[in-house]
Amino acid sequence: MTTTTDLPSTQPAAPPPLGGVGFARWCWRQLTSMRIALILLFLLAIAAIPGSVLPQRGTDPIRVNEWIEGNPTWGPVLDRLGFFDVYAAPWFAAVYLLLFVSVIGCVLPRTRLHWRALRSQPPAAPRRLERMPEHRTWESTSSPDAVLDRAYEDLKSRRWRVARGDGWVSAEKGYWRETGNLLFHAALIALLIAVGYGALFGWRGNVIVREGSGFSDTLTQYDAWGGGRLVDPASLPPFAFTLEDFRVDFERGEAQRGAPRLFEADLTLWPTPGAPAEPAVVRVNEPLSIDGAKVFLVGHGYAPVLRLTDALGRVVHDEGVVFLPQDGNLTSTGVLKAPDATPSIGIEGLFLPTAAVDDVRGPHSTFPEADDPAVFLSAWAGDLGLDSGVPQSIYALDTEGMTQLGIEALRPGDSWALPGGNGTVEFVGLIRWASFQIAHDPGKEPALIASIVALAGLMMSLFIQRRRVWVRAAESGSGVTVVTVAGLARSDEADLAPEVDAVVDALKEGKGTA
Amino acid sequence: MTSASLAEWSNLAVYSSMLILIAALIAFAVSFAARGQRVMTPELVSVGAGSPTSEGAAGSHGASATGLAPGRRAGNIAMALTWLATGLLLMGLVLRGLWADRVPWGNMYEFSLAWTFGILAVFLVVSLRRDIRWLGLPVTFLALLSLGLAVTVLYTEAAQLVPALKSWWLVIHVASAIICGGAFTVAAAISSLYLWRDRAERKGRVTGIVASLPDAARLDTLAYRILAFAFPLWTFAVISGAIWAENAWGRYWGWDPKETWAFITWVIYAGYLHARATAGWRGRRAAYISLVGFVAFLINYFGVNIFVNSLHSYAGL
Repeated sequence: MTTTTDLPSTQPAAPPPLGGVGFARWCWRQLTSMRIALILLFLLAIAAIPGSVLPQRGTDPIRVNEWIEGNPTWGPVLDRLGFFDVYAAPWFAAVYLLLFVSVIGCVLPRTRLHWRALRSQPPAAPRRLERMPEHRTWESTSSPDAVLDRAYEDLKSRRWRVARGDGWVSAEKGYWRETGNLLFHAALIALLIAVGYGALFGWRGNVIVREGSGFSDTLTQYDAWGGGRLVDPASLPPFAFTLEDFRVDFERGEAQRGAPRLFEADLTLWPTPGAPAEPAVVRVNEPLSIDGAKVFLVGHGYAPVLRLTDALGRVVHDEGVVFLPQDGNLTSTGVLKAPDATPSIGIEGLFLPTAAVDDVRGPHSTFPEADDPAVFLSAWAGDLGLDSGVPQSIYALDTEGMTQLGIEALRPGDSWALPGGNGTVEFVGLIRWASFQIAHDPGKEPALIASIVALAGLMMSLFIQRRRVWVRAAESGSGVTVVTVAGLARSDEADLAPEVDAVVDALKEGKGTA
Repeated sequence: MTSASLAEWSNLAVYSSMLILIAALIAFAVSFAARGQRVMTPELVSVGAGSPTSEGAAGSHGASATGLAPGRRAGNIAMALTWLATGLLLMGLVLRGLWADRVPWGNMYEFSLAWTFGILAVFLVVSLRRDIRWLGLPVTFLALLSLGLAVTVLYTEAAQLVPALKSWWLVIHVASAIICGGAFTVAAAISSLYLWRDRAERKGRVTGIVASLPDAARLDTLAYRILAFAFPLWTFAVISGAIWAENAWGRYWGWDPKETWAFITWVIYAGYLHARATAGWRGRRAAYISLVGFVAFLINYFGVNIFVNSLHSYAGL
């Protein structure tokens, strides 16, 4: 799989010979042929398409489940075939691995050939230079040897690789083209290895932190965490931070009203246990690097502070409840579960930073900033189902086995006496939360280096031209020397005429025979 | 100057650019048709066929034989108009950037303006080195189409950027993608003309308008040169996008639809370069691949922004 034409890389498709070894060799030759490499390239492009059309588990597992539920016929079939995790599917891996085997099978022999070419002299000049695509012939009064000496010196001084033979000079340049070509393909293989290395040794976790709360980098503190097969979860860098303040700003002008303009998280950071605390700021596009891990700001929302007093008068909950945004204006939903209350209380809530109610959309938010905040609460009493052993989402209330007490809308400062003497809920105030992604990918620096080498190799292989130039000089019968200069492009687009002309000019200079 | 009037001046520049492009399109059409007739006259055919490397020479032969041929004059006018329209479009972009106080490619309207500027700029830069007036008709047509979509469907008021876009990478990553977009478009136009010309040549009937195109081999070479320039730049755009993604989203590659289609586009154009180096795939098949690559680029640009839920969906189109 290479980009120049000077080596035949397509074998005619002969029928496969009988016998194990012969057949294996035939398969290898087919696989490493340019035709198959091309087909594999296009297969790769086609195989990548479904992942951009169907929701993918890696980025949006909720929509995957919705899709499968919405398409009971095709959903499970596509799921089993890996269409919801295309880039980890065996058939996708098969295409790119075959492609890389094909690349290796082509690059290795070409490296050997190129190595040999780098250490050898340009081949002897062809006998009939006038058959070459670019050639000039003239008669000179100098002797053939003098002409050839001059050609040799001129080409050498212009950094051609030159060979001299009986009656000819042969020169070649542009070896870097093939070097770049091989470098490009080798760098792609290195890139694949770097990506794989990062997948094996890297990890990534997500956590939501409320203002005033803290996080320390251990597995149990993450809301979601995923690591490569060779990661030791006990070896996470032991930093900790608290979120002191989260600042946001939204567009208030007419155009793109409500679009975010500023996200900024002020942290107090302990880089290692016992280290002195230091202030730190995380912004979008400005992650925090600690000990090989990077802390990215990826999301934000509101956490209404709800104080719940139960029927016995005990305060069973008094902190911010994380509400998840449902739209761009931060209409958010959240759940408070108080299993220790008497009776057990569950509250579903809808939070609106700028509250509005209309007939079509019901309660909704009209702006993401908390200009006129309100919560709409629905309180339930009974068995929360937390003891059933089935894992529950903290953002959803399982109301089976519970009875609804009532619904109420609260503004900050309002409190609501739950019907039936089941206690009191007070909307104390409002804080924000920020979600962070914390990631460690040891493959990303090697991947970057491989990409840069690939780009450099690519440019060399496309912009450097490989050319040969020959000079022949022979005495004709009348004591006059017939000089012929010819050129041949060994790569596709070389502009030969100027090269040949340069040699001609050098030979004619100072001789007065022009 | 107040920001409101900056906005008006920007829009005015874009509309003027469109008007002048329409004039350029008409002039290119006149030039194209006239050249077709002129090349059909036998003595000029022989001149043109004898020197495939210097079309300008063939043109000047034609001019000296007949005075300044109408096609040639129309072509010159068209080129001048295209320069003017491109300058106005650049002015529209700069004013838009001054208005918004940032690079003028923060939403799809602005990206469309910049892409159109990329198309025209690639065309004009190539025209400095060789006579490509035959390409003016499709190029101005595509530029008008893109500008028309921009001002009707995609128009949005300028506004500040969402925090995710506030990065130097926006300048580098998007600028390289814009130039690539221009180059891919011009190359696709040439590849289409190649397929047309090539069919005529294989049938042995190079008459009429198709005769005013350069021969198929030259079209093939020109498309290759443009793509050989664009492919490393596209590679760079993808790499810089990956660096930015790592900085903003915490991973350098996440198969976001935009990333996926950038990858597909890259793979197809890689296939193009390989096809041109493979016996049996050169010429026609390579030209088809160039067109498929352009379709992938369009899907990445329009399709992903409008129809797919992507991290790259921002700023109200």
